[in-house]
Amino acid sequence: MASLGELERAVMDLLWAGQAAATANTLRDQLALSTEAQGGTAGHEGKELAVTTVLTVLSRLEKKGLVERERGTRPHRYQAVSSREDHTAELMHEVLGSAPDREAVLARFIGSVTESEAETLRKLLGHI
Amino acid sequence: MFWASYLLAVLAIALAWPVPVFLSRAQWPARSPFTAMLLWQAIALAGGLSMIGAMLVYGLEPIGDNLIAGLRALAGMVLLDAPTTALGFWHLFALSAAALLTAHLVFTLLLTYYRIERQRRRHRELLALLASPSAEGAGTVVISHDSPVAYCLPGGARSVTVLSDGLMAALEPAELRAVLIHENAHLSQRHHLLLWAFAAWRQALPWLPTTRLAQESVNSLIEMLADDVALKTESKASLIKAIAIVASGSAGGVAAPVAAGALSGGPASVPLGGLEAAAGVTGADSARTTASRVSRLLSPVPQLSASARGAVLACCVLLLALPTALLIVPGLLG
Repeated sequence: MASLGELERAVMDLLWAGQAAATANTLRDQLALSTEAQGGTAGHEGKELAVTTVLTVLSRLEKKGLVERERGTRPHRYQAVSSREDHTAELMHEVLGSAPDREAVLARFIGSVTESEAETLRKLLGHI
Repeated sequence: MFWASYLLAVLAIALAWPVPVFLSRAQWPARSPFTAMLLWQAIALAGGLSMIGAMLVYGLEPIGDNLIAGLRALAGMVLLDAPTTALGFWHLFALSAAALLTAHLVFTLLLTYYRIERQRRRHRELLALLASPSAEGAGTVVISHDSPVAYCLPGGARSVTVLSDGLMAALEPAELRAVLIHENAHLSQRHHLLLWAFAAWRQALPWLPTTRLAQESVNSLIEMLADDVALKTESKASLIKAIAIVASGSAGGVAAPVAAGALSGGPASVPLGGLEAAAGVTGADSARTTASRVSRLLSPVPQLSASARGAVLACCVLLLALPTALLIVPGLLG
């Protein structure tokens, strides 16, 4: 049985790849399909993935602010809040930007440099 | 008792302004970053201790011959409702200020910790969904992004080093190893604890020159320490090339102020002169750090002699012993 973390990842991958919002049932079926496609060993290991597990995963993702659900319909339909690219951009902005606490949050190999410094370093590369 | 509070105040002022200014301008820290790091920690600790101690000792002066007796008398006043007539306005003012400053420092430290942890947790959550494991080993992940980016996210057993596709494509294997060793050195030497403490110190007292200078210096010293670890196994050329490639590649992605480039005096004929000048003009901490890192690698100066390092260490011990002694010794003598 896949861990919750792996399931979160798999569910997000499906939501990011899909066009429209999906219900927990649809997602469960798609997850079952993709495990079969991966060789099927995971399939007979235990019971099939329960819809409640998918709902648990979805509510965790919702709490993290990564998916939202359409409240009007029953069963609820879920979709990603923003695209994979947007989230990557958000991460990279945190890394490359100049948030005041950034230095304490993560340690970068190189801090931000200006274009002229970068130019100097490029020249330096020629000397080595 | 009275003289102790004046001496503590003098020490607090010295550590708040002239001492950090001199130390931040000194050249020797690049020759022995570890020793310099200890000195900055001693300055911060002794500075805080003498600031709070000076106010405490002054405020308690009328009710006790020493700190212990004074605190005991104060506790009696607070807990048993004893008359406080012995304390004048300024004494009460100093005592309140000491209590407020202590609470402020502790509170800011905790607040900074929670804010940093929250940001790290969010970052880690997104990484778990976006990044894929790397061939470079456990704890290293790759994120698909074109800029050459390398960083580490500390978090005990969940610490992770992140590399971008762009970085993997731009660097040779030896250069990539240098980057990884550099990042792992940050994690294994627990640099995030230093960054947290000095970030909180600055957050708590942003108007004090020492907090800004200390944070900037510590930021750049930990980079030098991590560089030194990388140099143990990788060649200097690999490390310099890695720095240059990552720095020049990431510059385009960041919104760099265009004016800074114009101000730095056109194309630099001498590579390092231009770099340092540009860093000076922009005034960006991280740019200055990069400049000093590269110049340190290009024109190496010998490590500080053992006796010089010993002298600095003695200064550290003295810095911590002096305020402690001023607080405690009158009690022991009396």
